[in-house]
Amino acid sequence: MAVEARLSLVRESFSLAVEFTLPGRGVTALFGPSGCGKTSLLRTLAGLEPQARGYLKVGDAIWQDGAFSLPPHRRSLGYVFQEPSLFAHLNVRRNIEYGLRRLPRHAERPSLERAVALLGLEKLLERKPHQLSGGEQQRVAIARALAVNPAMLLLDEPLAALDEARKAEILPWLETLHRALAIPVLYVSHSRDEVARLADYLLLLEEGRLRAAGPVDQLFARLDLPLAHQPDAETIIQGRVAGHDPEYELSWLDFSGGRFLLARNHLPEGSPVRLQVKANDVSITLARQQDTSILNIFPAVVEALAEDDKAKVMVRLMLGKQPLLCRVTRKSAADLELVPGKKVFVQVKSVALLL
Amino acid sequence: MFVEQDLQALWLSLKLASLTTLILLLLGTPLAWWLARSRWRYRFVLEALVALPLVLPPTVLGFYLLVALGPEGPVGQLMQSLGGGPLAFTFAGLVVGSVLYSLPFVVQPLQNAFQSIGQRPMEVAATLGASPMDRFFSVALPLARPGFLTAAVLGFAHTLGEFGVVLMIGGNIPGRTQVISIAIYDHVEALEYGSAHGIAAGLLLFSFVLLLAVYGLNRRWSGAASWR
Repeated sequence: MAVEARLSLVRESFSLAVEFTLPGRGVTALFGPSGCGKTSLLRTLAGLEPQARGYLKVGDAIWQDGAFSLPPHRRSLGYVFQEPSLFAHLNVRRNIEYGLRRLPRHAERPSLERAVALLGLEKLLERKPHQLSGGEQQRVAIARALAVNPAMLLLDEPLAALDEARKAEILPWLETLHRALAIPVLYVSHSRDEVARLADYLLLLEEGRLRAAGPVDQLFARLDLPLAHQPDAETIIQGRVAGHDPEYELSWLDFSGGRFLLARNHLPEGSPVRLQVKANDVSITLARQQDTSILNIFPAVVEALAEDDKAKVMVRLMLGKQPLLCRVTRKSAADLELVPGKKVFVQVKSVALLL
Repeated sequence: MFVEQDLQALWLSLKLASLTTLILLLLGTPLAWWLARSRWRYRFVLEALVALPLVLPPTVLGFYLLVALGPEGPVGQLMQSLGGGPLAFTFAGLVVGSVLYSLPFVVQPLQNAFQSIGQRPMEVAATLGASPMDRFFSVALPLARPGFLTAAVLGFAHTLGEFGVVLMIGGNIPGRTQVISIAIYDHVEALEYGSAHGIAAGLLLFSFVLLLAVYGLNRRWSGAASWR
């Protein structure tokens, strides 16, 4: 069910030209500054931009080939717009059923209950949209898009129109989806935090062009991309729960470059986890510190350095195969004689568990 | 005697207004939809044409209709070649005139209603598998409901109050083309103020109640159907 896309869209003041492939499942974040073409790309994928040209294949179905374009209502997709955009004349149940009733006869009949349960809407089914909060409306919109069992799910900043409290209400649902769905999900966002929490892959857009594409953890750690130079630049590390230490109330989390010690969580042994390490929370020493309170110390090799601003340098280290970003002052880099290939130790002051 | 003729005129007016409204809703809906959606650069020309009866003196419209529909006019010639009679001074002629005369009162509220729905609900429906026709009937029509009510009532009431056009193309034939507004005029001409009062007051009350119902319903609907 992979996605293959080579698409272009030309407008008066803006042009989009991208080429990418996506795996058959997992969340891909479309990330970039506003005006870079994220929403246009999503609309093009959905067939809502008639002027778009190119090639698009989702699973076994050709959705676009040159001037041929499958109309949006013939594409098996779910689209969640920035605003919930519920049908005001229909109650929640009828909104969710709208797509279900229009499935082709031979299509597998997904159950309304699954989408409803996945987003916790059981008690809202008979309400009208205007009786729901913004967060509830957006959950209904997501359920409505999911109910048709789409081959691809497109989410256009589903949290953008919501305040922080409502965002916090929806994020857990999105994380559930992330694990439950076996289809490609495209998620437009300009919040790096959302991307770090939800996405497996990243398409980095700049002025209508694809600047980079790849797994989120790799792209976040690339020094040639702007992501690594934002004030709160971070590394994302995929790991696994190795066990718990009941005596000190700690958990061991293994990753390819070693083992983290973390405040205890209650995930079962073996569950996959995603860890976040801020570049500002990492420091470098030439010898392994013995008399320190820091628990997470790893041997590492300096791979590359890039100027961050006048006083700071971003260092990319390798812990085995795992890259890690570390921000130090230019003076420290000079004093420690940090050059590519140098063997050092990194001290990680804090690690956050994302999921 | 007079009472019976008045009742005839009232019946004719109601028949004319109902038929005109029905025809206008059928013709005006696709026209309004097209006007609300089209990006054709000369769309404004059509909009101006639709709005023309708003500003045109009814006698002007009536005069040209009389010329066109009469035995020597192009429509009249066409009707005769098809084996019919000319439309001037007939009920059918009144319907044609009323449809043109009340056109903006139906098309404009519908166009506004369709425009205020916006593109988004239609796009949502498309991504949910609804074909263009399906989207129109399952989303656009129900969301434009207040516009339809306004359009129907304005079209009906405006046709009911028609005078100039009817006088020009229909004349004043009792039972065939004499409508209620002309009956009032006749009473006034004959200095029968009592009869004129009876009909006029009835019409005034009827119009007010009708509008009251429309505004009341629209208020209820807009409260329940605000988008988002």
